[in-house]
Amino acid sequence: MSVGKPLPHDAAHLHVTGTARYIDDMPLPADTLHAAFGLSKVAAGCITAMDLEKVRAAPGVVMVLVAADLPFANDVSPSAHDEPLLATDTVHYMGQPLFLVLATSHLAARKAARLGHVSVEETKPILTIDDALAADARFENGPVIWARGDVEAALSAAPNLIEGSMEIGGQEHFYLEGQAALALPQENGDMDVMSSTQHPTEIQHKVAEGLGLPQHGVRVETRRMGGAFGGKESQGNALAVACAVGAHLTGRPVKMRYDRDDDMIITGKRHDFRIAYRAGFDDSGMLTGVDFRQYARCGWAQDLSLPVADRAMLHADNAYFLPHVRIESHRLRTNTQSATAFRGFGGPQGMVGIERVMDQIAHKLGLDGAEVRRRNYYDAPQPTGAGTGHRYGRAHSPAQAQLRNLTPYGMKVQGFLLNDMTADLIARSDYIARRAAVDRFNAENEVLKKGLSLTPVKFGISFTLSHLNQAGALVHVYADGSVRMNHGGTEMGQGLFQKVAQVAASRFGIGVEAVRITATDTGKVPNTSATAASSGTDLNGMAVAAACDTIRERMSAHLAEAKGCAPEQVVFEGGNVRWPGGSIPFAEAAARAYAARISLSATGFYATPGLSWDRQKGHGTPFFYFAHGVAVTEAVIDTLTGENRLLRTDILHDAGASLNPAIDIGQIEGGYVQGAGWLTCEELVWDNRGALRTHAPSTYKIPAVSDPPPVFNVALWPGANRADTIYRSKAVGEPPFMLGISAFLALSDAVAACGAGYPALDAPATPERILAAVERVRDGV
Amino acid sequence: MSNKMHIQLNVNGEAHEFLAEPRELLIYALRERLNITGPHVGCDTSHCGACTVTLDGKSVKACTMFVAQANGAEITTIEGIGSPDALHVLQESFREHHGLQCGFCTPGMITRAVKLLEENPTPTEEEVRFGMAGNICRCTGYQNIVKSILAAANEMNAQPSSSEAVGHNKVEAAE
Repeated sequence: MSVGKPLPHDAAHLHVTGTARYIDDMPLPADTLHAAFGLSKVAAGCITAMDLEKVRAAPGVVMVLVAADLPFANDVSPSAHDEPLLATDTVHYMGQPLFLVLATSHLAARKAARLGHVSVEETKPILTIDDALAADARFENGPVIWARGDVEAALSAAPNLIEGSMEIGGQEHFYLEGQAALALPQENGDMDVMSSTQHPTEIQHKVAEGLGLPQHGVRVETRRMGGAFGGKESQGNALAVACAVGAHLTGRPVKMRYDRDDDMIITGKRHDFRIAYRAGFDDSGMLTGVDFRQYARCGWAQDLSLPVADRAMLHADNAYFLPHVRIESHRLRTNTQSATAFRGFGGPQGMVGIERVMDQIAHKLGLDGAEVRRRNYYDAPQPTGAGTGHRYGRAHSPAQAQLRNLTPYGMKVQGFLLNDMTADLIARSDYIARRAAVDRFNAENEVLKKGLSLTPVKFGISFTLSHLNQAGALVHVYADGSVRMNHGGTEMGQGLFQKVAQVAASRFGIGVEAVRITATDTGKVPNTSATAASSGTDLNGMAVAAACDTIRERMSAHLAEAKGCAPEQVVFEGGNVRWPGGSIPFAEAAARAYAARISLSATGFYATPGLSWDRQKGHGTPFFYFAHGVAVTEAVIDTLTGENRLLRTDILHDAGASLNPAIDIGQIEGGYVQGAGWLTCEELVWDNRGALRTHAPSTYKIPAVSDPPPVFNVALWPGANRADTIYRSKAVGEPPFMLGISAFLALSDAVAACGAGYPALDAPATPERILAAVERVRDGV
Repeated sequence: MSNKMHIQLNVNGEAHEFLAEPRELLIYALRERLNITGPHVGCDTSHCGACTVTLDGKSVKACTMFVAQANGAEITTIEGIGSPDALHVLQESFREHHGLQCGFCTPGMITRAVKLLEENPTPTEEEVRFGMAGNICRCTGYQNIVKSILAAANEMNAQPSSSEAVGHNKVEAAE
């Protein structure tokens, strides 16, 4: 079987030769136009006049469009219809598209777009969390509050109390391939769109609205993205609609690609958060109650901010049982880019909050951080069955009554692995001896200080908007035994296509080379969900398996009838189809089925079972299962400059029964480095006019090749998913990102070695912040 | 406006001549005039390295070099290093060792790595990291990229006359 094998990425041979095509590499029809947006230079105000004469007169310009020129809907929002493609009368952020230029070249369009004169009566922009709170600028009416138990009573009764607040910065996706789209007008007013998107169906919907077409008039195709990380879940809508409208109005193909600068200025990023907390705990560090207030800076439009903020609340527990808990979530509207999906989708911010609490509890009690965490973990699964005394369903079972396995939102945590995984990683990473070595080093060194931190991850898998948890597939077997496969998931580098091809190959018992993976296409599989929430393989793997099984059953039935055996006795294995007493190659079985007039094409469909979620109440079972991971990071800081390095990282991660261990380990390594980047070196800075000052890699520091730790050990936890997923694998796209929290807290631990105070580091822990924290700690604050 | 220059480039062993405005960037000359789309536009400002090519024996970021500056140069892009049917050792190594995810940085990464191993055929891991510092990958965390380059170096040193020669001959032909 090909599942479980560490096969290379399906397009690896194309990537390494530069022949894998991205949107920008596609050959264009001769008369293709290129599009560029004219952008707002102020963050807030009312447009009083637009003088675009110089734009129209610029060389190569064919058409210039403002909002009033758009033929149908002026909206590219994925949610609340509050995101005009082109600004109408109000400007909401610096970088907002105001007008659209179509020209004969990319450069001509960009040059012309700079020539517009737009008069804006400026108003004072709402830029920060404090600004938004003062102006009561929000999405949804007030804060969302979920609670369990009596937090105030728990806090006042607690023997120990901590409180604090931390700032958690946002993050630029910096997908290496910037946003891009190409619209190709078809006969009868139809539109084909090639888009670098995680969500072809939404592109289809927004383009259809923009052109006044039924959805059947628009076909969207996505072969691959050069990275996405959530940044292409909704942020591609504007380009696709702009191209489609331009193509509709001119009758010519239109392409648009943001230059990096524009990309960073226009598109949304990870939500920055402030998390204020109060926590009560006993002398062993066991939490008795915790109160979180999460403030999310959502930017100017709603986009995906509500589910992002929900997921932050849903991960405020991370791996810990919170006996009494209250989580208050503020979704704040500001005159900045509309913050959007980014790997983890709010989960990482929520998790940073509770990890900060754990860290501070350990500091206050003088206990080891890993030990405090383990004490607060959810309970490990209890042995069940006769003789154990822990059988479920037994009345008044003391074991059950005391089980600490209920999340704040009322979902039972089943199959919790972190007790075992943490013990294993502590041994593997030599944590205890290294803790002592770090302490020794710190006692002997004045200038350099080391830190060590262990942090776990428990991440819920499923879209919290339950209806999104569905997928479709289309599989063809040709008469020569080759297979062509299509599904609703998109390939952004995560290896989805290869994993799903491995599933298809395994169902037919053939080699993966016999399976051709094709571009995601709304004309082949309709009504798909975004490839997001780590769910791509879970959903599409199941849908493809279902389609393959339909075809296989038809082939089995035919052969069984011909050979006089039961259909179940027909086995697909090793490239052959066997029955008792005979065997033929798969290709021959396909040819025979064709000759017997049996359909070799099928659709497949999958909907995740067992989900029920009431987001208003904050109660239910939003997740199919949890993925787990644990990381230990060691870091060193220079107390004179704040400069720092990661020295060693050990990771143990739970990918269930991995469909492709090499791809999964790649996700874990890349996720960790991206997560560590978010919390250490990647800093977004807006000035007091609302201009994003870090709008290029010259000022925004992405981890480079020398930034990961020189010792970097990653292992997969061996074990199948208890939930019935595709071959018992687990989702792996987002969960490892949050392992990067251990890097942040290792730096914090190093700062803590400088004095008696608690570092109270904000994120990202830039050298400046570390230096300031060292001073604070030395002053014993 | 029509201040065009006569430009000659030798790209991957093939001679090209055309008229271009002096401010035209090399990356656009390659991608749009010559349809050599392996080198990608990543950041437009020479930070990410997706556009890396070899120019007269040196690694160059094609997104911030004018084509006029490249006039008369010998250029090797990823297309000149190997093809899907005849992979260079480094290309095979990146494929085999999962030195890529989304693949967008890969052409520049490998083009730089080929040059790096010419400059230093037996690099340590630290030297690989130093030598690749101008190329950004957002997906992999670099572990498998470094592993791919070290494995390729080992293989090229173990078999100096066989598979290594395939790619090197092409590079030399271009130079």
